[in-house]
Amino acid sequence: MLAPNTALSAKADKQAGAGAPVVEILSADKVFPDGTRALATIDLTVASNEFLTLIGPSGCGKSTLLKLIANLLEPTEGRILWWSGGFDKVGARGRSIAFVFQDPTLMPWARVEANVRLPLDLARMSAAQSRRRVADALSRVGLEGFARHYPRQLSGGMKMRVSIARSLVVEPNLLLMDEPFGALDEFTRNRLDADLVRLWWERKLTTVFVTHSIYEAVFLSTRVIIMGAQPGRICKVMAIDEPHPRDESFRNSPRFAEHCRALSALLTEVSVEQMRS
Amino acid sequence: MRPLAQSETFMTVAAPLTVGVLAVALWEIACRSFNVPIFLFPKPSDIAATLASDWPTLLAALGMTLRIALQAFFAAIVIGTLIAFLFVQSRAIEMSFFPYAVLLQVTPIVAIAPLIIILVKNTQVALTVCATVVALFPIISNTTLGLRSVDPGLVNLFRMSRAGRMQTLWRLRIPSALPYFFGGLRISSGLALIGAVVAEFVAGTGGRSAGLAYEILQSGFQLDIPRMFAALFLITLAGVGLFTIMVGLSKLALGAWHESEVGADA
Ligand SMILES: Nc1ncnc2c1ncn2[C@@H]1O[C@H](COP(=O)(O)OP(=O)(O)OP(=O)(O)O)[C@@H](O)[C@H]1O
Ligand SMILES: [Mg+2]
Repeated sequence: MLAPNTALSAKADKQAGAGAPVVEILSADKVFPDGTRALATIDLTVASNEFLTLIGPSGCGKSTLLKLIANLLEPTEGRILWWSGGFDKVGARGRSIAFVFQDPTLMPWARVEANVRLPLDLARMSAAQSRRRVADALSRVGLEGFARHYPRQLSGGMKMRVSIARSLVVEPNLLLMDEPFGALDEFTRNRLDADLVRLWWERKLTTVFVTHSIYEAVFLSTRVIIMGAQPGRICKVMAIDEPHPRDESFRNSPRFAEHCRALSALLTEVSVEQMRS
Repeated sequence: MRPLAQSETFMTVAAPLTVGVLAVALWEIACRSFNVPIFLFPKPSDIAATLASDWPTLLAALGMTLRIALQAFFAAIVIGTLIAFLFVQSRAIEMSFFPYAVLLQVTPIVAIAPLIIILVKNTQVALTVCATVVALFPIISNTTLGLRSVDPGLVNLFRMSRAGRMQTLWRLRIPSALPYFFGGLRISSGLALIGAVVAEFVAGTGGRSAGLAYEILQSGFQLDIPRMFAALFLITLAGVGLFTIMVGLSKLALGAWHESEVGADA
């Protein structure tokens, strides 16, 4: 589905800046206007080329943290830097951030192709250039034949893939994904995970990913952040030092099982701590 | 093949038609068998005969009423949409002016029509103003609601893509508002016709109108009851026609994507 495509390989500067900070969250917290304290003070740096996964119980502020990173929410206290600067500089430096929301969030009145093209239309890209990019993104998610369909004619999983295609057309420097495969069956999810991790590897993307699945977290990530609730905070960090690109053979390896066990133990530890306090 | 009774076209066209034909037949039979005098309650055949004989006058009257209703309808669309756009610019504007829109809505048109007819010298314009007042509110309230009913996820998406105010308006707010807007059109088209007829009644008492309401009034004075029914029939026909056109327009604009037009199993 997310088929390999070497024509759209990474820009040189991304490789040169490997490991450099992409997003720095400096003592930021979030209290909503209604008084809900969604996030306690958080310090976190997202490094270039890493696949960072947030995992934690429902309501622990994963989506909120992702929205802070996307600048859709402002932190109540603290600061966030993007490529060591303010958010307003992101576009000016030719960098882009794409967000795949928890729901497909498609425009029901627009055909699949128009939905995918939206970010390019908004950036006023020429029709010829955007046509090529849209076709490319659609073929990556295996929806070439559905360009002229309306969202209502697609299944839930297909809608989610349209939403992913839309995030890929801008060739983002930072890809934020909020449980993108949460509503899919295990089979489709595994396949999309494999495609995603290959795409991430080929394009040298920097990704922040949210999931509830231990297996998904281990399979995809270079680093997993385990969050606790009330208020949301970072409890544990676990690195998954395994070679890339990963494929199905990694999923079936003893190493994979070991990482899953370790992550599961950490999650249990966090929930026990949570119960005590 | 599904059985005929379950087919969509049959149910929407043939079923109400059958009821109508049966009712008219029953009416004709009842009038004939009880010998109801024509000045009390005319038979459908009497009405049809009047329609045929008085066709030129009735047609002219229908044209007059329709013209006023359509003028008012378009005025309501333009004014209502502009007001709705103004309302969504800021909560303060909406909160200051919305109560007055409601006031306009709840005041019976019969009560203010005489005033408007006195104030506005040109009868045509006066009638159009009255009908516009009646037709305005659904457009304002529906379009405002529509412009506000935008998927917050899509708003976030547009923000992430650094969309400008105009881009957000054209590509997000207006398409989101369309289903509500067309809902407003359906109600408003009928109200414009009602408004035109009511205003004509008020003006007609002064003998300054030539629409269908005036025909009804005149027929009443002359006890020409079949003619009264014929005029009434034409008003109803005009209303149904307007509504059908609105349904067609709505289908044309929303048919491809909106739940209300697509149908459950399409
Ligand atoms: N707009 C809002 N106003 C007030 N409180 C909010 C708002 N959005 C989220 N919250 C609260 O913030 C907390 C974190 O919400 P968030 O959506 O970030 O959780 P989450 O970790 O993404 O959960 P899930 O895994 O179920 O998606 C919750 O307690 C929620 O009630
Ligand atoms: Mg969430």
